[in-house]
Amino acid sequence: MSKNVKIAQLSCGTEYSGIQPEIEAAAKQVNAEMVFADVDYDDIARIEEDFGLEVASPDLKLLMARAKSIVDGKTDVDAVFVATCFRCAEAALARSEVRRYIYEKTSLPVISYSFTERTTSGTLLTRMEALTTMARRKSLLAREKQTGLTAGIDSGSTTTKCVIMKDNEVIGTGWVPTTKVLDSADEAFNIALESAGIKKSKLDALGTTGYGRFLIGDKLGADLMQEEVTVNSKGAVFLADKQKGDATVIDIGGMDNKAISVHNGIPGMFTLGGICAGASGRFLEITARRLGVEITKLGDLALKGNYKNIEMNSYCIVFGIQSLVNSLSTGAKPEDVAAAACYSVAEQVFEQQLQEVEVKEPVIMVGGSSLIAGLPKALEDLLHVEVHIPKYSQFIGAVGSALLVSGLVDTSKK
Amino acid sequence: MSKILIYPTNSLVLADLVDRFGHEPLTIPQEIRKKVTSVGLDSPPLNITPEDPKIGLKYAAVEVPSGVRGRMSLIGPLLERAEAAVVVSEPEATFGCMGCARTNELVNFLIRAKKIPTLELSYPTNDDDARDFVYKIAEFLQSSEVLKHE
Repeated sequence: MSKNVKIAQLSCGTEYSGIQPEIEAAAKQVNAEMVFADVDYDDIARIEEDFGLEVASPDLKLLMARAKSIVDGKTDVDAVFVATCFRCAEAALARSEVRRYIYEKTSLPVISYSFTERTTSGTLLTRMEALTTMARRKSLLAREKQTGLTAGIDSGSTTTKCVIMKDNEVIGTGWVPTTKVLDSADEAFNIALESAGIKKSKLDALGTTGYGRFLIGDKLGADLMQEEVTVNSKGAVFLADKQKGDATVIDIGGMDNKAISVHNGIPGMFTLGGICAGASGRFLEITARRLGVEITKLGDLALKGNYKNIEMNSYCIVFGIQSLVNSLSTGAKPEDVAAAACYSVAEQVFEQQLQEVEVKEPVIMVGGSSLIAGLPKALEDLLHVEVHIPKYSQFIGAVGSALLVSGLVDTSKK
Repeated sequence: MSKILIYPTNSLVLADLVDRFGHEPLTIPQEIRKKVTSVGLDSPPLNITPEDPKIGLKYAAVEVPSGVRGRMSLIGPLLERAEAAVVVSEPEATFGCMGCARTNELVNFLIRAKKIPTLELSYPTNDDDARDFVYKIAEFLQSSEVLKHE
């Protein structure tokens, strides 16, 4: 059984939204417990002066006082979860500043979340898993080199990817669309083994990640089943050779997006988007289909166009696509439409996710969507920084898994 | 006996004052008590389920944060039954507290909109003000506008 992790809950509104049991259920699934810092009434009474942010809601004062108790070392915890009601502006300010405060003043992993009454333990599970991994496995996360012969499988919502790595090099890859989770994993695994020219029995270890990680991991006897935030961070800084210092990893996936602040290869603040399909790779797939081009050609087409020539009235995957269709019917150029689609996705990620993390250079974009050239270009325009696309970026989760699991092989040998 | 909504709705001091003058205080613990379905150590608000903020939609639109709507699902029914109200603004948390400034704003508005006899007071900060605070509440609870509901 893995070490029990204490997660400090700094929140406003979770009980009255009816989701406190969901938070506790998600924590329990990763062998963690939510704890609440004890504070005195005097701590709450003077917290606005101490912290510097004036708020009207008493529960936000309590939230800030609890944060200070952690920073002052009066409360012993392994990680911090900051949560407030979605659509509360005052709470959003407090949540953002408290998250930054914890990040800057402690070495504790911290995530924040804005919830509604629809938030479930399933929604929170990946976040809790990443948070506890950062708390539990710092030595494993510090790993910078892959050793031995290992494999990683990334079972994503759209595609399943596999890599074989040997002595810090990728020697085989497999990539298939995800249909049946287990069958797709087998297929990608076999393609990767064949391209590497090795047999499964020769592997030292296997790591899995992505939505199907547990199902595949159990069937194939994986040595490590890890959520995507951790493995993508590791995979990104490894492939981009940016293991030291700060970095920002952005992965726009088929179903959700990740924006992760990384320091020395270890994820710090991160956000997982997943509410809106208009900010996902799915939006670009539908655009490509409507334009009659392969998704692999959409990016190059977008580079030739100008997004400003298209009027898009909505980020929505339904109404946004409708705007694009209307443009085509009035004679718009396909390349402008492709550029507008890429810009729309990038802009939504920029507005809704990148505001929640510290964007520090280098910015590394990974995942299949990073190869749609118009998308990183649109992000560069929005962020005014260079966006790096490492080799094998579409295999990022599989590479991160193969890298991390090699650390477990070494540990067992010792 | 009149039904008096107190705000903050969990203020023991206000509930006691209303009770002493022969009226029925409408308080949030009464509503929370209905939600306690099993004996346990969990504090009562944990018995609120994700369905409660949906009940709160009767009082606040969907774009209002779920925490406000969850609170309104408890306070709203009290407000509907209220014949008069005593509202204390900006009290110390130890006096009674709903935790959320947006809920405070909404409840105060709804009380005014209901146009029931209402006493609005500032939280006292010294002994003289505290005495005056109690006198004003006593006077209000014995006034004809409150007693006419009996």
